[in-house]
Amino acid sequence: MTLTPVLSAHWDEADSYKIGGYMRHGGYTAFKKAFATGPDEIISLVKDSGLRGRGGAGFPTGLKWSFVPQGDGKPHYLVVNADESEPGACKDTPLMMANPHSLIEGIIIAAYAIRANHAFIYIRGEIPHVFRRVNNAIREAYAAGYLGKNIMGSGFDLEVVLHAGAGAYICGEETALLDSLEGRRGQPRLKPPFPAVSGLYASPSCVNNVETIANIPYLVNNGVDWFRSFGTEKSPGFKLFSVSGHVNRPGIYEAPLGITMRELLEHAGGVRDGHKVKFWLPGGSSVPMLTPDLLDTPLTYEDIADAGSMLGTGTPMIFDETTSVVRAVTGWLAFYKHESCGKCTPCREGTWWLSDVLHRFEDGHGTESDLDKLIDICSQIAGRSFCALGDAAATPFPAALKYFRDEFVQATNTPANETFDPVAATVFAGATR
Amino acid sequence: MSLSESTRVQAREIISRYPHARSALLPMLHLVQAEEGYVSADGISLCADELSLTTAEVAAVATFYTMYHRKPAGEYHVGVCINPGCGILGGDAIWEKLSSRLGIGHDEVTPDGKISLERIECQAACTHAPVMTANWEFLDNMTPESAIDVVEKLASGKEVQSTRGPKIRTFKENELTLAGYDDGLVDEGVQADAQMLAGLNRAKELGQSAPGIKI
Repeated sequence: MTLTPVLSAHWDEADSYKIGGYMRHGGYTAFKKAFATGPDEIISLVKDSGLRGRGGAGFPTGLKWSFVPQGDGKPHYLVVNADESEPGACKDTPLMMANPHSLIEGIIIAAYAIRANHAFIYIRGEIPHVFRRVNNAIREAYAAGYLGKNIMGSGFDLEVVLHAGAGAYICGEETALLDSLEGRRGQPRLKPPFPAVSGLYASPSCVNNVETIANIPYLVNNGVDWFRSFGTEKSPGFKLFSVSGHVNRPGIYEAPLGITMRELLEHAGGVRDGHKVKFWLPGGSSVPMLTPDLLDTPLTYEDIADAGSMLGTGTPMIFDETTSVVRAVTGWLAFYKHESCGKCTPCREGTWWLSDVLHRFEDGHGTESDLDKLIDICSQIAGRSFCALGDAAATPFPAALKYFRDEFVQATNTPANETFDPVAATVFAGATR
Repeated sequence: MSLSESTRVQAREIISRYPHARSALLPMLHLVQAEEGYVSADGISLCADELSLTTAEVAAVATFYTMYHRKPAGEYHVGVCINPGCGILGGDAIWEKLSSRLGIGHDEVTPDGKISLERIECQAACTHAPVMTANWEFLDNMTPESAIDVVEKLASGKEVQSTRGPKIRTFKENELTLAGYDDGLVDEGVQADAQMLAGLNRAKELGQSAPGIKI
């Protein structure tokens, strides 16, 4: 399958992040079309396109927009989730660095469709240079009259505020994000009510991922048939895949959904020379790992689910045979323990126990009965917390055990760093790139 | 020490950006760090005053988020990503080297106040692993040697350029940026680097493109 740069088509131009660079390639024409089309028609268009949320859950975007009640007299809010923090995911961050205006134009169209006069971009605080690029894009859009009061004489008003988070993975969860944006601890809310009914300031709100919103101008300009010419029936469109790990050319590869991991890996120069794939994760640490025999699986929501994982953020990580699965899983569980917000007991306590017991294996003194204990703890967390962080925390270990049980058994008597030389797994172990 | 009048004025400016005042709390906490290098008791009081919250309510928020420091951060707050995507590819080795060279651990500061260290989680730059940060600016594709070099330069006041951003400024200066104040540095660094362009370059090399999208 061929590569199809759309969002990333002009990142090699020095002013790609500026309004001039964006407009040179048709930027800021889509929102005018949208204004001439009408908000309900835009929601229908997005529904018909089949665009699914690019933040991990893959929920149909047009459907999400249609849940926002209309004519209810309350203010509506569009909130862009730019809190990209999923381990392995780095696609929104480069997108905002190199092409922030696609996000801003997408916001104008999305806000117009859901009748929001106020939009917020909640960006993680740890990426100040990306913050600068987005803030500059907002300023340029205001200066051009594309944001503010009565945009281009349409009667539509839109204020956009860029808001920096402060270091909390959980704020990528949409209801935790809303609490955080309200100036509180970032803790998830129980759903329902869903944000579409009671979101920011208890008003109807839509929370969408950066890449999802950045798709909108291209979709409006080129139409449903064009959009659906990429991908599959259930997973239409194109995707920014960030390919990382033990590959020769890690980077951002934009391709239709449905490209296989093997094809993507080939574009990325293959696994580093002299090595072979041991395991890979299609979309972040929160999805189950897969093995090399599944590299021909098309990267779609449905095919990856059939293969026993999830597309997630669509940001594959590849690890070669120098990698200790025990060490990787222990590291991810240390992450979930660190990032659990503490609200729900199963997640707060369970991640602590998972991390603690896994460290025993990493140190070479786990026991075989600990393996059952870990599975038991995972089953006590999954489905028992307000948000998906708990489910995510219960994901890495069972998948790793399914494919690499021997390694965990070995870790009952040998530390991971003895079974696998950690130096061999580094990118600076000899000339590997 | 009590915070300056200009910080208070800026706090009110931040509040005015939002339809509901309390939404300003996170950027206001970045703002107080821009003056003091951490969230002090006075910083908490200022936020509480301006937002009509109790100091306990503000402290509850300030302690939830890892970017807010309870004691002064170093002039250069250095992060090493130890999440497995980076840790396995070299982040763990970099951490060991840096921590032992500086003689400080996670969330500690060198005695001269120049450098603080943090074991950071995923920085959304996995294609550039192993990744470090200095005052949250990207330092991509690091090695133990380049990590030591960067930190020694920062500690001795020499210039260090972010791999995808500006010359590294102080912790306080960058906190003001995150509070939403323009620093004029948007044009620093590349628009996109080799990893960000990997797919586009490959598509050009193979003569591939999306229908209707000229590259």
